[in-house]
Formats: sequence, C-alpha cells, structure tokens
Amino acid sequence: MTEHTNEALRWIPLLPLAAAVLSGLWLVFAPRELPRVLVIALAVGAPIASFAIALAQVFSLATGLEAEQRFFVDNLYTWISAGDFHAELSFLLDPLSSVMVLVVTGVGSLIHVYSVGYMDDDHREDKGFQRFFAYLNLFTFSMLMLVLGDNLLVMFVGWEGVGLCSYLLIGFWYLEDANAAAGQKAFVVNRIGDFGFLLGIFLLFWSFASAGMPTVEFREMAANVGLLSERVVALPSALSFLPGFPSWGLLTLACLCLFVGACGKSAQIPLYVWLPDAMAGPTPVSALIHAATMVTAGIYMVCRMSFAFSLAPGAQATVAWVGALTALFAATIGLAQTDIKKVLAYSTVSQLGYMFIAAGVAGYSAAVFHLMTHAFFKALLFLGAGSVILGMHHEQDITKMGGLRTRMPWTWFTFLIGVLAISGVPPFSGFFSKDEILLAAHEAHAVPGHEWIWLIGLVTAGLTAFYMFRLYYLVFTGESRADHHTRDHIHESNGWIVAPLVALAVLSLFGGAFGLPDAYGELAGVPQSNSLHYFLQPVAASPPHQIEASTEFGLAFTTTLVGLAGIALATLLYYVRRDLPAKIAAGIRPLYELVRDKYRIDELYAALIVRPLVGFSRTVLARGVDQGLIDGVGVNGVARAFFAGGDRALKYAQTGYLQSYVFAMLLGGVLLIAWLVRGA
Amino acid sequence: MGDISPFQFQVVAALIFLIGVAGVLTRRNMIVMFMCIELMLNASNLSLVAFSREIGDDQGQVFAFLVMVVAAVEVAVGLAIIISLVRNRDTVNIEDASQMKW
Repeated sequence: MTEHTNEALRWIPLLPLAAAVLSGLWLVFAPRELPRVLVIALAVGAPIASFAIALAQVFSLATGLEAEQRFFVDNLYTWISAGDFHAELSFLLDPLSSVMVLVVTGVGSLIHVYSVGYMDDDHREDKGFQRFFAYLNLFTFSMLMLVLGDNLLVMFVGWEGVGLCSYLLIGFWYLEDANAAAGQKAFVVNRIGDFGFLLGIFLLFWSFASAGMPTVEFREMAANVGLLSERVVALPSALSFLPGFPSWGLLTLACLCLFVGACGKSAQIPLYVWLPDAMAGPTPVSALIHAATMVTAGIYMVCRMSFAFSLAPGAQATVAWVGALTALFAATIGLAQTDIKKVLAYSTVSQLGYMFIAAGVAGYSAAVFHLMTHAFFKALLFLGAGSVILGMHHEQDITKMGGLRTRMPWTWFTFLIGVLAISGVPPFSGFFSKDEILLAAHEAHAVPGHEWIWLIGLVTAGLTAFYMFRLYYLVFTGESRADHHTRDHIHESNGWIVAPLVALAVLSLFGGAFGLPDAYGELAGVPQSNSLHYFLQPVAASPPHQIEASTEFGLAFTTTLVGLAGIALATLLYYVRRDLPAKIAAGIRPLYELVRDKYRIDELYAALIVRPLVGFSRTVLARGVDQGLIDGVGVNGVARAFFAGGDRALKYAQTGYLQSYVFAMLLGGVLLIAWLVRGA
Repeated sequence: MGDISPFQFQVVAALIFLIGVAGVLTRRNMIVMFMCIELMLNASNLSLVAFSREIGDDQGQVFAFLVMVVAAVEVAVGLAIIISLVRNRDTVNIEDASQMKW
C-alpha cells in the first residue's frame, strides 16, 4: 500500500459491468423486460455513479499528488504469471486516463439519459429497450477497461470489448439486412486493425523480454524504452523500395503495427470505410461509440504509447500524414452527402484525422484536447441529429428537411452551437483545440512536410465549416421540403432528449477553457492557462517549443479567416442563392457524382479485396478444404473407411454358429496361456 | 487318500476338462454341450481343491464353492434359454440357432 494505491478505481468499470450483466441475464432467463423504471435506473445510474467516482478520484489525483508523481493504481489480481513475466489485472489513473475516463463516463452518462428518450417509443423489437441498455452499459464497461487498463493486455481486452459492443449496437435493428451487414462490416474491418495491434503488442513484448525486461505494463515500458531505441530490424530485400531500407528501427516497426490497430478503431485511411456504414445503428450509439468515445481509442492508444512513438520518427510522420490525408479526404466526401448522419460520420472521420495529425507531430496534449472538445460537440451534433430524425419521423435525408428552426427551437439552438464549435469559430471550444493542432503542426520541424500538413489542416478547417453550415442551412432554415403529412407532425423532442443537448451545448461552448492557450491566458493575466497541457505533460510529453505570441495569434487569425470563408460560402450557396448548388453540381457532374459516391472506394475494395477473397473462400476454402478435405477425408472419410472395412471383411467373423465362437475363444485362451508360460 | 499323488489329481482334472472341451466343440445337442460345460467347471473345481490341499491353504476350497454357486446360477439361465429355444424352434440343435449375425 502506497499513496498511489487506490481501490476505488475498480468500481468505475465494474458498476456498468454489473448493470449490463444484471439486465442481460434477466433478459436471457426472464420472459419479459424488467419494469421500465428499473431498467432506466440501472442503465443510467451505473454510468452516472461511475462518473461521480471518477470525478472524485481525478480531483484527489490532481490535488493530492506532485505533478510528476500523479498516478493511482488499483491492482485486482495477477492475471498471467509465466516465469519472470507478470501481467496484472490492474487499473491506472493518470492524467491521460483521467481525461478519457471523465469524457467516457461524463458524455456517456448524458448519452445514456438521451437514449431513454430516444428508445422509449421504439417498438421495432420485443425487449429491445432493455437489450439496448444492456449493450450500452457493456460498452461503457469495455471502454473504461480500455482507458483504465494498466498494461497492453487489459487495454486489449477493452479494445476487443468495444469492438464487440459496436458490432452488437450497429446491428441493433438486425431485422433489416442492411443493418446487420453494416455491423459485420465494422467488425471485420476492425479485425484487420486489431491484427496489427496484436502484432505490435507481441513485438513490443518480445523485444522488451529479449532485453531482459519482460513487461507489457505502461509505466515499466516507458521507463525502459531506452533499451530498445538503438535496436533495428533488417528488411527483406524484396522491400527495398521502402524508405529507410535496409533496416528499420524496432520501435518504428512496433509503432507502425500499433498504428494499424489505431487506423482500424479510429477509422483512418485505408480502414475508415466501416464508420459511415456504422450509422445504421441507433443515433445515440452513433454519438457515444462512433463519435465521442470508441473511435477515439486509437488516438488514446497512440498518446498512451507516446514514449515509443517519440523515439520512432518514421512512425510519427506516418501517423501525421495518414491523419492529414484522412482529414482532407473525408471532409471532401462530407461536402456532397445528403444523409444527416452520413455528413456527421464523414466529419467524424475527418476530425479523427485531425487528432492523428496532432499525435503525429507529438502534440499529444493538443490531440487529447481536440478529442475532448470533439466528444462534446460531435456528441451534441449527433444527438441533435437524432432529435431531428425523431421529429421528422425517421427521415434522414436533409434534402427533405428544412425550416426546423421554429418547430424545434431547443434542437436548433443547441445544434447551432455544435456547428459553430466544430467550425472553429471563436470562442467556441473547437476553435481552441483545432488551433492548437494547427499550431503544433506548423511548429513540428521534425516531421517531413509539416508545413504541407498544416496547409491541409487549414483547408480541411474551411471545408469543415462549409459542409457543417450546409447541413445546418438545409436542415433548419428555409421552407420545409417534407411531405405535408410529416410536416404536420414535426415536434420538439421531450425533456430526456433536450436536457443532454443543453448540457453538451454548454460544454461545447466553454470546453475550450480547459486548454486555453497560454498566449490567450496571458492577455487575461492568467499564467499557464493551458491547464490540460500541463496536466498531461508528465505522461504524454510534447516537445517544448518557443512560440511567439504573434505567431500564435497570426495562425489563429488565418484559421478563423478560412473557417469564416467556408461559412460565408455555405451561406451564399445554401441560404442566399439556393438555386446555385444544383447548377454547380450539374456543371461538374462527373466530379460531383464521384464525391457523392464516396469516390467509390467501397466498390474499389469490393473489386480488389472482398470479391477475390470471397471467391477464394467459396471455391478453395469452403468447397476444397472444408467440404473436400475436412468433411470428405477427415470426418466422413474415416466413417466410410470403418463402414467399408466392417462390411467387406470383419462382419464375416460373426458366423452365428456358437461353436465357431467357442473355438476362437479356446484358441485365444491357449495362445494366452502359451504366452504367459513361455519363459518357464 | 495318501497314495494318490497331487500330480495324479491334476492329470485327472485335465482329462475331465479336455473331455468337456471336446464335447462343447463337437456335439450339436445343446443339453449335451451344457453338460460338457459343467464337466469343465467341475474339472477346474477338482484342480482347485487338489492344489488347496497340497499347499495347505483353504482359499482354493473357497474358490471351489464360488464356482459351484456360479455354476448353479448358470444352469438356471442356460436351461431357461434352452427351454425358450425349444418352445420357439422345437429343437435343441445348436446349428438351428444361427441367426445372431450380420
């Protein structure tokens, strides 16, 4: 027992687990749902209780310990013990996991509350209400395992758990084939990433073990990562086209493997394709899992492993460039989507790319800052979209909306705050976090082409502002384009839905205060106002850079200007001259259709990977190996061989004549005795 | 009894046993086969008792009693089978009961 031991941590994940297990088991064994009040109390109570515990522990962490010594550990038991290697089931609360835990339980609790209102009148399925919350609580548990895990193995358990829950919830309305298919797609694409993640874990474990330090525990790895910094792996000569040939740093290779996992979970090129399809799930799921928490697991993991990434410049540059390309690529797709949730989905992919830019240029605190503000405003936008979808009777096509401002005032107002935040308008939270990322990219001289990354980020900021305001104008302003039946029934959502919207709007508005850049704080006379940065510095250290306040303000001014230009363009096209977009689209029809069809990447993957793989599986694996070899030769072949042997030969030993049996018995007895007395 | 050697007892027992074996293998009448089985059992009894006396240990005689009990039980079961066969087939010839095969 030291001052770092804290047995309260275990309850943060265990409470949602208990709620999930309880309601899940009840569903399995009882004929009908629990009383609805009880379901709500369990489902909403557990994350709120977790949030309260987490808040208390983070408070005592921040106030009770020295900055360099800020961590709590809760060790439940030794999970794996083999020789010198021990993996504990233990939880770690340090500044990085503090932020994550608060986001997961805080935003998670709000979304749980919202879900009560959203799922209340959903009768698509028997017992759906309780099943939904059982999954949602299971997700919260898995996500908390992921962020609180003290070593890579516990993290991996959570990592797989959130993937499973994501699959279950995307396909929640599984009676429609498309939803089930979307769930499967998400699961399969994530498996590809998970494979890379596993290889990374194995590689790190193997190299630490061969350096005499068998561990997967984060703090031990961070303390001993120097053992590996000089080690290199030789590349086979077939890979001579790769940069850095003939050898790569061991850490570079390990970090790239880990990053493949992050790409899968956080929907980056080339594994982003599952996230837009994941919008088939209920909207609160899109908000919780596919915007605020699970998809940020990849960023969290990169920040958590920052000690390794910092020693692998090649991997860092890859992270930054993949992030930048994804940010731009997804933003352009977002320009032409007409499904309200798809626009938000591509925007999420794009914003996740932003976070990877920050993680890649070693601006870990900027990445976490944007992760947090993004969780606020993107959850807000998704929940607002859900409210719109409910009000519009499950209509998701923005070309059939319009004029909702007066009909749904609360939704309108909170959604507008979310749009302003994501567009980076000062003083909303997104302005500060986006600005910090662009600043970090601008100053990251170690990353090749960093000024291009900055430029891409800048362009993306403009595109983001444009497509978000396009969405806003199409949904909330102008004349309603819905059919008159729907139009007559548009209504504001109930209190369960509006209250979380308001809470998230407040967070989106003021969330920037957690990481107010120092330059702004000094204006107001507050030194070191970027409290998030200084809080995270001991865990995920960003290299110090001396930035002139003038540079900082100049960059912020540029970003804001670009954002405002995007807004102005959207206002012109979708508010002032509503006839223009259709004309422009007609003028550049092939390009427009390419973008609208998401660059036909899904079709490309289907032609290049999916169909050959499915064909190979059907013909060679299923028909050849499974039916031919395993079933034909193995199972049925053995049975047939025995049958034939008995039928053709052995059965004739059964003559039916008693005396032949007796004779055989006697012969056997004589031989046995002869053998027994052979030596005598 | 003193003039009969242990070896002679065993020779007699072996002879009786072989007579039983020969009877079981060659005769077709189930009653006769049955009696031959009894012969074999009693031959082994004789052998057991003779050895028991030779060694001076009572265990062999206990075994002999056990064999008698088993033989009695076997007679009950065997005769029941024969009777039911006679009722169904009207024969005691073992070759007429050869249906128990593939």
